[in-house]
Amino acid sequence: MGGFIARRLLQGLVLLVLVATVVFFLGRLTGNPADLMLPEDATAEDRARLIKALGLDGSLMTQYRAFIGSALKGDLGTSLRMRQPAVDVFLSRLPNTLVLIPWALLLAMLVGIPLGVVAALNRGRFLDRASGTIAVLGIATPSFWLGIVLIFVFSVELGWLPSGRMGGPEHYVLPVITLGTFLTAGFMRLTRSSMLDVLESEYVKLARIKGLSETMVIWKHCLRNALIPVLTLWGVFVGNLITGAIVTETVFAWPGVGRLTYEAVIYRDFPLLQAVIILKAILILTINLVVDILYAYVDPRIRLS
Amino acid sequence: MPWLSILVIASMLCMAILAPLLAPHSPIDQTLRDKLLPPFWFEGGTSKYILGTDAFGRDILSRLIYGARVSLIVAGLALTVGGGLGLLIGILAGYRGGIVETILMRLVDAAFTFPAILFALLLAVTMGQGLGTLVIAISLLLWAPFARIIRGEVLALKQRDFVALAKVRGCSEVRIMLTHILPNVLNTFMVLVTLNIGVVIIAEAALSFLGAGIPPPTPTWGLMVSEGRGRIAEAWWVSLIPGLAITALVLSVNLFGDWLRDRLDPRLRQQ
Repeated sequence: MGGFIARRLLQGLVLLVLVATVVFFLGRLTGNPADLMLPEDATAEDRARLIKALGLDGSLMTQYRAFIGSALKGDLGTSLRMRQPAVDVFLSRLPNTLVLIPWALLLAMLVGIPLGVVAALNRGRFLDRASGTIAVLGIATPSFWLGIVLIFVFSVELGWLPSGRMGGPEHYVLPVITLGTFLTAGFMRLTRSSMLDVLESEYVKLARIKGLSETMVIWKHCLRNALIPVLTLWGVFVGNLITGAIVTETVFAWPGVGRLTYEAVIYRDFPLLQAVIILKAILILTINLVVDILYAYVDPRIRLS
Repeated sequence: MPWLSILVIASMLCMAILAPLLAPHSPIDQTLRDKLLPPFWFEGGTSKYILGTDAFGRDILSRLIYGARVSLIVAGLALTVGGGLGLLIGILAGYRGGIVETILMRLVDAAFTFPAILFALLLAVTMGQGLGTLVIAISLLLWAPFARIIRGEVLALKQRDFVALAKVRGCSEVRIMLTHILPNVLNTFMVLVTLNIGVVIIAEAALSFLGAGIPPPTPTWGLMVSEGRGRIAEAWWVSLIPGLAITALVLSVNLFGDWLRDRLDPRLRQQ
């Protein structure tokens, strides 16, 4: 187990260095990043001063070493617009996103998994095709547009729910639906194909031969086993939710890290965006690591492979 | 045949190709005294602007027609660049094996863990908005899934007799990859392209929506949704109509792709 954790940790670190390197070089692709940080009316002296202050006058390798060096010390630069350390800005917004994500994940599972089971049990028949259509529609609807439609129907026309910002429980309904819908189709499809595999397996046949009731066979013997491959993808789903949150939080004026990413883009706040990407990478890798360790703990086949 | 899907795709293609002939108004010129008119079947709408106008008095229908152009051009270019890159990497990794394969496939795994959309946003900020940036950004999203599936195909092809024969005849590795392997994965490649058109159109719209797509005033569907967002209560049509166009096109392309996959390459169903 210790060896498994160490290996995964190392892989995560390599990936993180890769992300930081790509971010660094993308920033230097079109010249000096100082140009991205200066206001339009900056003079040549301003530019020179900033370049000196940020250590951008050295060679590319010196700069890279300095960038990684200060990143290791927890310094990822300063937001241009907010004039605060980018790490602090990110951390102050992070809780607002983290309260949204579990609900979206829960919603996607509560809708997607039963639909997948029903589809698998009715393979090729009406219910299978109906849930397939829902999944296809869920994938084809852009979530930024879905959010706007929900606001139009439930806030503007019916006046039942608030159209944005954080607040009481009623403020969560529309953003959670918008964010969750995006994953529901994924859960449904995976559950369906995994259920179909399990339904063919020996132990399910055995359970049937033993004369167990159909309900028992399906919900206990099949679904439990069918969910293993679905749940191992949790890490990926959470990664998807973190990016999905960019659009959802933008539509609903939700003050989380997704909206922060959008603000960094539209205000051309390059240092902030750079930091947001690295911090999100850390977040995604940490969640993946935790999920992997949990599964390795539960299922010995994973840690031995 | 999924006739309805084909009809939708064909009419969008017509809109894109014949945009200057079909559009009743300029997609960019502003007519401020005609601003925020509803579609003609609502009170206050006129038949001059069938789908209404936006906050600058621009005709929604004309912008929609020109927007189809942007969506399809970006989809075509990104699938060529990103899909083509994935195709080459998949063939190289699958055929060469060894250290080349290990490194390339680790990169593919990394790309799956880390969302490419974030790099796409970073590119828009560092390189500036534009067609080139957008195509590179969306290609980042595509190469990894293409490479993974193509590599799987190549692994199986490599074992076949005609590859062994080519080796015996003394063909070079590059020649085997290009003339013996490549033609045999083209079917899978075409299916992957079709299945990913929807992904690209949604990605393009989302990036436009977030202010990282083709810069205004060029009409794109994602930008149109974004522009109407603040006035949803008084003028819902500005936002909702282009979103409907995105959904209809993506839905049709996906249904068509599913059908094509079942016809050409049923094995891909498992993925």
